[in-house]
Amino acid sequence: MSKPTALTLEGHEILFPALPYDINQRAAAATQDSELQNFVNSATLLRDQTRRDQCEATFGEDYDKMRTLAGQIKQHTLDHLDYYLEQFIDAAEAAGTTVHFAVDAVEANKICLDIAKRENVKLCVKSKSMVTEETNLVSDMEDAGIEAIETDLGEFILQLDHDAPSHLVTPMIHKNRESVGRAFERELGVPYTDDPQTLTQIAREHLRDKYQQAEMGVSGGNFMLADSGSLVICTNEGNGRLCTSVPRIHVAFVGIEKLIPGRAWLPMYLKLLSRSAIGSPITVYNHVMTGPKKTDDADGPEQMHIILVDNGRTEVLKPETREMLRCIRCGACLNACPVYRKIGGHSYGSVYSGPIGAILTPVLKGLANYKDLPYVSSLCGACYEACPVKINIPKYLVKLREELIGGHFDKLIDRIFFKVWTMSLKFPWTYRLGGWASARGLRARAKLAGTLKPGDRFTARGWVSHVPGPAAGWTAKRDLATPPAKGFRTWWDEHQKDKGGN
Amino acid sequence: MKVALFVTCLADSYYPRTAIAVVKLLEHFGCEVTFAQEQTCCGQPMFNTGYRDDTRELAKRMIGIFEDAKYVVTPSGSCAAMVREQYPELFEGDHAYEHAAKDLADKTYEFIEFLTKVLKVDFKSLGIHWDGKATYHYSCHLRGIGVAGGGQEVVDVIEQIDGLDYVPLEKSEQCCGFGGTFAMKYPQISGSMVADKVQCIEKTKAPYVISNDAGCTMNISGSCQRQGTEKQFISLAEILAEGLGLLEKDHV
Repeated sequence: MSKPTALTLEGHEILFPALPYDINQRAAAATQDSELQNFVNSATLLRDQTRRDQCEATFGEDYDKMRTLAGQIKQHTLDHLDYYLEQFIDAAEAAGTTVHFAVDAVEANKICLDIAKRENVKLCVKSKSMVTEETNLVSDMEDAGIEAIETDLGEFILQLDHDAPSHLVTPMIHKNRESVGRAFERELGVPYTDDPQTLTQIAREHLRDKYQQAEMGVSGGNFMLADSGSLVICTNEGNGRLCTSVPRIHVAFVGIEKLIPGRAWLPMYLKLLSRSAIGSPITVYNHVMTGPKKTDDADGPEQMHIILVDNGRTEVLKPETREMLRCIRCGACLNACPVYRKIGGHSYGSVYSGPIGAILTPVLKGLANYKDLPYVSSLCGACYEACPVKINIPKYLVKLREELIGGHFDKLIDRIFFKVWTMSLKFPWTYRLGGWASARGLRARAKLAGTLKPGDRFTARGWVSHVPGPAAGWTAKRDLATPPAKGFRTWWDEHQKDKGGN
Repeated sequence: MKVALFVTCLADSYYPRTAIAVVKLLEHFGCEVTFAQEQTCCGQPMFNTGYRDDTRELAKRMIGIFEDAKYVVTPSGSCAAMVREQYPELFEGDHAYEHAAKDLADKTYEFIEFLTKVLKVDFKSLGIHWDGKATYHYSCHLRGIGVAGGGQEVVDVIEQIDGLDYVPLEKSEQCCGFGGTFAMKYPQISGSMVADKVQCIEKTKAPYVISNDAGCTMNISGSCQRQGTEKQFISLAEILAEGLGLLEKDHV
């Protein structure tokens, strides 16, 4: 199966860096960026808290059961994806939708551009879609001479400022008001302002005409209902409704994993999605679209196209990684992740960032291309706790690490280090010898540095501010404690003697 | 009641006072504590880094060592989670070890959890007294044993200690950035995570930080030391032992 690479997709260097991707440069820069820390940290913390509060208030003790069920239904659908896809396609076509299948990003964009050329499209309005980020659609449309405009406010701003989304739900989480104001001034020729309300008003006025003029509207899809062939999109700004109903042609880019069996299950997912994504009891606009405009409909597009996009997903569908495709793109794991809070989305060098991106990207785009991503996590488990469809993200992070080790992607020195360490832990005497030697070495260093404190033999310790070798990374940012003079086993032996003496 | 102590390699050499407190408390509550000298490490560093075969070798040792124990108690949520969550998965389909791994997982408890769930200690009635202002650091791997972010179950115990002035920690559910080899592989990221944690600790103005996982303690206290922030790190086991007069309050 062909996969998109940075070679076939030009443009966004941010989301499509040269491969293989090394995270260190961007991540290290992000940790130094106090502005980024401020925005991302405070926004994600707030979102994470509102998610908890909303879920607690609505579901109480049933929250966990609900997550289990939501995960199981997605898993069931993925287990029988062939069946549900067929059912969906039949129902959608019966309702008048044209269903396309794209094996990769290039093919998906080509299908859309072919429709645009055939229908003589000059202007396209777009609502938010991560799949079109994957395929880099806007850039391809512009190359084909079609004006393509993002209408989600966040995405609109990013497009104006030649930036890229850094969060699944809050794409411009990394941006400040001033940079938005400057982009508006520069690109739209309006007087500078950093007042959010004024900026929003300017964007609305700018976009309103575009909806009227556009021949084509492009959307993503949050869910597809197999039984009715319907497409569901959830937005908070109403732009999705305008994009999919005002222009003559509606084209939806949807990943094949977005299927659920039918309408009966939709309310549960809508409840979980809105709470998990933005901590709100309901998404403001939930559209269920089944086919183009019917003869007695007041509005709607004349043509409705759904492009079912694979783009690496059948690779993820293999049983060992299938669970990852449950993802409903709520972004809760990003908000909960202490690493994401520090490095932001762009550090991940891929369309999907945060914990879900760290497991999905290596499978979608090749583990060898993203060797760092599975390791850029402290395995704290906050993502798993937050996930509304119970994707065991830490488990998959470790599985990918195992795959990297199995494929000999680790450094030889690391491999030897772990081998020797493991060997030493297999025998009590080598374990004790190793412990004794490292304690002695560290305490000697601390003594030399004058940090070794006198006092109780089981508690008094010293500090080392630099160690060579594999632990150098540790002392780069913090001191290393030395063990106290005596360990637990000394006490235990004495304790047994004391007890024997009584 | 017979209890086998799984001391963990970090408590064994770096934080023996915590392990001493655990033994004293268990004996105080009427348990007979055994300590198998052959025990070393549960293999978590290998597991987290992706060295599955090495992990299995160490896990097999652990399973053998604790085969006859009725209860295995450890002063670390992280190591308890390793045994409970990962061991059964490591030996799935391996008939020689599958059952034994599951058995060890079922009988392994983190120390505070063992006090509350198995011994059902009524802390209030014991009249534990400990003077001091302290905040509590929730260790993430408690999630692996069913204690959700923030660790309310542990806070409930802390709040029953007479004289202890408990100050909640901001962003209590947020990881301190230890993560084993993560801290060494990505010092910038891990460093900025632990700096955030230290900042939250400073805000509490509490001189004591209750931290029950040695890994977190090493990380946060090491960062405090580097930044010149004076804090005393103490485990809840030590506080309980001091509060019951089983250990002298002379933390250094």
